[in-house]
Order: sequence, then C-alpha cells, then structure tokens
Amino acid sequence: MHGFHVAQPFRAAIASVAIAIVFPAGLKGFATTIAEARAGAAEPAKVFRWAGDPEGGAPFVEADPRQPDRLVGFDVEIANLIARGLGRTPEFITITFTSIVQSIVRGDADVGLSGLEDTPTRRATLAVTVPYYEFREVLSVRDADAATLRTLADFRGRTVGTLSDTIAYDILLRAEREYGLRAVSYDDDVHPYTDLVIGRVDAVLLDQVLAERRHRSVPGFTIQPETIAVGHYVGVLSPQNAPLRDSVDEILRGAMRDGSLERIFRRWNVWNGDQSRLYADLLQGKPVQPFTAPGGLETSSLVTVSKWEAMKRYLPALLRASLVTIVLSCLSMGVAVVIGVLIATGRVYGAPPLRAILLGYVELIRGTPLLLQLFVIYYGLAAAIRLPAFAAALLGVALNYAAYESEIYRSALEAVPAGQLEAGRTLGLSTRQVLTLIRGPQALRLALAPMTNDFVALLKDSSLVSVLTVMELTKQTQIFATNLGSWVIPGTLCAALYLLMSLPLAAAARRLERHWKTSAA
Amino acid sequence: MNDVVLTVDDLHLRRGPRAVLAGVSLSVARGELVAIMGPSGSGKTTVLRAIAGLEPYERGHVAVTGRVGMVFQFHYLFEHLTAMQNICLAPVHAHGLSPDDARRRAYELLSAFGVDHRAEALPRQLSGGEAQRVAIARALAVDPPVLLMDEPTASLDPARRSELGELLQGLLRQNRALLMATHDEDFARTWATRVLRMENGVLR
Repeated sequence: MHGFHVAQPFRAAIASVAIAIVFPAGLKGFATTIAEARAGAAEPAKVFRWAGDPEGGAPFVEADPRQPDRLVGFDVEIANLIARGLGRTPEFITITFTSIVQSIVRGDADVGLSGLEDTPTRRATLAVTVPYYEFREVLSVRDADAATLRTLADFRGRTVGTLSDTIAYDILLRAEREYGLRAVSYDDDVHPYTDLVIGRVDAVLLDQVLAERRHRSVPGFTIQPETIAVGHYVGVLSPQNAPLRDSVDEILRGAMRDGSLERIFRRWNVWNGDQSRLYADLLQGKPVQPFTAPGGLETSSLVTVSKWEAMKRYLPALLRASLVTIVLSCLSMGVAVVIGVLIATGRVYGAPPLRAILLGYVELIRGTPLLLQLFVIYYGLAAAIRLPAFAAALLGVALNYAAYESEIYRSALEAVPAGQLEAGRTLGLSTRQVLTLIRGPQALRLALAPMTNDFVALLKDSSLVSVLTVMELTKQTQIFATNLGSWVIPGTLCAALYLLMSLPLAAAARRLERHWKTSAA
Repeated sequence: MNDVVLTVDDLHLRRGPRAVLAGVSLSVARGELVAIMGPSGSGKTTVLRAIAGLEPYERGHVAVTGRVGMVFQFHYLFEHLTAMQNICLAPVHAHGLSPDDARRRAYELLSAFGVDHRAEALPRQLSGGEAQRVAIARALAVDPPVLLMDEPTASLDPARRSELGELLQGLLRQNRALLMATHDEDFARTWATRVLRMENGVLR
C-alpha cells in the first residue's frame, strides 16, 4: 500500500473494463492459458517472477539511490528469500500498484509483493499467502490538533484523507455514516500528508509504516498513538496458483521460525512486537483475520453477497458519481466554450501581440498532459490559491478544453465565406455586429459536430479528476471492482452509465443539426 | 443636372504590381440605369466594390448622396437566416427600425418583387431568381438612393432576365440611381439608359 504513478491506474482500469466486457466468461481460462504458456517459455521452476511498484519507494520496493538499476526494500528481500526457498531465480516485474492484482490474475507474474493488504475480498478471489507483516492504521493530524483530534469520532464535519482502494478508505466510508466525517480518497500517499499540512484535510488515516515514512519528509503533523485498525501485508497469487502459494507459505513460515523475516524487517527499521505475536499465532496454526478494527468499524465484504445484491449496494454510489461526472462535464464544457470563443475571437480580430499570447496559451495547453495541468492547478498552486477539489477539477478541465474549443471556433470563423461578411458591411452593420449576427452564428453551425465530439471526449477525460480526490464515475467503479474482486459487473455498469450520458448528447446535437438545415435560428 | 447622386472621380487601385483601376471617373443620376460593360478582369466589379467601400483605393474620390446598396453576383444572402430575416437584419440592428416596422417594410418589398410566399425560406431553398429578388429587397430595405449590381443576369434564364429588367424599371420610377456591371450585351442594350465600356481599368 503505497504511492505510485497516477495516470496508469485509469488506463489499466479502462483496459480491464474493456476486457471484462469483451471476454466476460472466458477471461479466467484465457489468462491462465497465457500464464502457462509464458511460464513454459520462460523455463518453469527456474524463474520466480514477482510483481511490485518501485514508485512506492522504501521500505517496500525502491530503486537503490546509490545504484538506480538495483531494487531494494523489504519486499525485495522477501521475494529473494522466497525465490531461494523455491530454488528459482527472482525476476522483478514492474506493475503499477493498483494493477498488481489484475496482472497476477492475467499471469504477468507469479506473486504480487508490494505492501499489498490482506482483505476478505482478496482471500475469496485470489490465492493469498500467510500475512508476513502486521500494521496499524493510525491517524495523522496537524500538530495544533494533536490534543483534540485523537479518534475517528472526533472528526464530525471534518475531512479525513487516505489512499483509495485500501482498508483505510473502507473504514473511512463506514465512519462517514457512523460519525459524520467526510472521506477523501487519494491516488498516492504523498499528497494526503501535504494537503493535511496546508489544511485541505483534517487528518490522514494510513498505516504506521507509511505515516512514519512521510513524517520524516513532511513536517507539521503528528501521528496519533491510537490504533484505528490492524491489518496485514500478504503476497497475492492467482487462484489457479494455490500449490505455489502453499510452497510460499511454507517458506514464509520457515523464515518466521528461523528469524530471517525478523532480520529483514529490522534492517528496514519496521520490526516491532506486533510481528512476534503475529508469527507466534501463525506458527501455532491460529487463524488470523485479514484485519480488525477495534472501534467496531469492520467493513462488510462484498464477496459474500450475491452479484445482484452487490450491484444494488453500489448502484446509488455509481449514480452519485455519474452525477458528479455529468455536472462537472457540463460546467467545464460551458466555461470552456465561453473562454474558447473569447480566445478564438482574439485570435481572429486581435492585434498581433494578443494573437501571439493566445497562440502561446493554446500551444502550451495542447502540448502538455491534462493530468499534469490538474496537478499544477490543485497541488502546484496550493501555496498561492487553495482551490477546493471540485473547483480545481472544473477549472483544470475547462482551461484545457478551452484551448481545443478555441481552435475549432477559430477555424470555423475563418471558414465563413468572405461574401457573407461583405454583405453585412455593405448593409451598414459594424464589425462587431457582423461577428455577432452573421459570422458567429454561421461559425457555430460549422463548429457543432467537432464540439459534440469534444464534449463526449471531455465526459471521459473527466475521469482524470479523481487524482484531485473528486469521486467521479470511473474512480467509483474502480473501488466497486476492487471490493467485488471482479471488473465484469462494475465495468459493464460504468460503460452503460457513460453511454447513457453521451448518447443523448450526440442525439441532441444531430437533432439541432437537422433543425438548422431546414429552418433558421 | 442636380440629380447626380453618385460621382466617381479619377479612381486608382492596384493589386501588387497590377493597376486594376487606372483613373476611373463616372457619375450616375437619379432615374438612370448605367451599365458598365467589359471583358472579365477589366475591373468593372472592382469599381462597384470600391464604391461600396469594400476595396481600399489609393487615389481618387467617391461621392455618394446617402448610402449605396449592393447586390452581389452570388447574392451572399445570410445562409443561416430566412429571406425575411435577411431583409430585416440591417434595418433593425444598424438603422434602429422596430422589428415590426422592418417586417412590414420587408413584406412590401417581397410582395412588390413577387416573392412574398418565400419569406420564411432559407437561402439554400431559393432558386437563383428568387435569391436575387430577396438580395435586391435586402439592399433596398435601408432605402439607399444608389443601388449597385454585379452581373445581375448571370444566373437567370431569358424569361427571368426580362422580369428583372421590368423590376429595375420600377426602381428607376422610384427615382433611384442604378449602376450595374455586366457582360450581357442584350440586357444592357434593352434596359440601360447609358452604357460605359471598360477595358484594362479605364472607361473608354
């Protein structure tokens, strides 16, 4: 459970949705065949392929600062230990954190080891190893609040952030209902803490390994001593790989017995008494719950309920997220159209310096990724202007699309025949009147089709704003899928909702186009 | 004659190295239909455009009593507006007429030209002859004493040409001054009160 690059999860999620829709039933068998084929090609029993995300950093997996092509971290050492036990050579495969589970199911690697949490869903849908590390979920608050904000019950009306797709997020969702706090999900584990310090959130709930790591680099917050929940890190394997999992479990138990796991964790300064107790329980054969929340905030897993029941439970959240998507898209497009018209008008009618500035804006915006622009507006400018997440998302998407819209309008304005403008001039209309009464309306008709195109694209690009903690449709779908352990139903629902939003829009544009062909404005 | 409403004096205009107009002078009085004839590229359309203020000229002088109206060869009706809206646009927005008055006046013009049944049609739905009548009505809606017409017979069959001739006669009776560029010899001989010949940017 740690930070990672943010663009990948969405692409991975969307790819998964596509696969889930195209191969709903055959997916598992298909993936297994590929896995076996690959294993065969790579000489089985010689190589131990394990997946992790080096962007997560120490103490899990990171590139050695002194030798960047070498990986270090406790997960790296555990992988080496397992490979030795299996008599294989470890081979590391870089996979984006949120995609590790899906990649394991696909057969890209044998084991996922990257601070992955033990959850009921993972136990039900994957082959999960014995827990190898026990962590505590702890609250971090600003230094000034350290005396007053100690448990989740203290956060009524306040905002608490965490990483998405984690036990901590599930706990916060439950606490939303129980205590009236507001849960905010992040896609990485750095920004929750920087946002905490600048006051965007009032606390961060994450495991103590992450909290202590951030505490060393981000000043201004206090880690509260209370344990909100206890969880474990496990290795994950595809369900077909249960025999390998059993061998890995044997190796891990052996390493617990002979102290080699303890030595690894001590090297990384994360060893504590919790681990001795955990290992003792495991070695005595006692069952270990995936996680426990002393405050009674255990989340209910979706894997035990029927698919229909799961869908019924998640549908309201998906519809709410759709509403966020549609409202955000409509507002952004509205602002983008207004700014786009102004830019286009300036570029067609303005003086050369203005035209140069506007061209610069258009090229800058078109030439850099929307994701980067969202980051700059929300996190980069936070020192100067602290925009709320929704406003930053709206502004970011609108400013980006304004550049594209302005190009559509500029070319549409230039496509209106000169004769139309000359006719206006000879009738005594001013330049402004020619623009607003003749050129503009005619350009709008030319721009309608590309504008519709852009709006549909914007609707989908709006999924990027989840990196600013805005809970929109794609993000909600991803959470649903993680909790369900499958993308088939969430992916289909998500696709259906996007189509429900975009199809009426396209139909309305076509109607308007037909109307313009036969009658006047 | 005191009825001269358009005077062009020694007009010079060049595009790059080419002298398009090389000293054009002419005058048109009320009740006159003056035709400028000449081969393509002789500069006759450019004279009209310069008078209408669409071409900047480097030397010379244009004097008009009141405004000029212009009817383009391809009409240039506003594609997104109906015939009625085309006619009412300038009176309402540039000349301060109330929309009702503008509509009333537009309807009179359309009736006079026999196209009142096409008032709600879009330009693309009009025939060439209908579009031309709407274009003339649009130019006349702001009541200019001078009307310029570029190749008015280009898109008309012989029957429509004589109808146009009749229509223009009607305008002369209203005491307007008409200046047209054409290379339709028959039309000019039949209907024009005066014919000017143009070649290489000068009137002969």
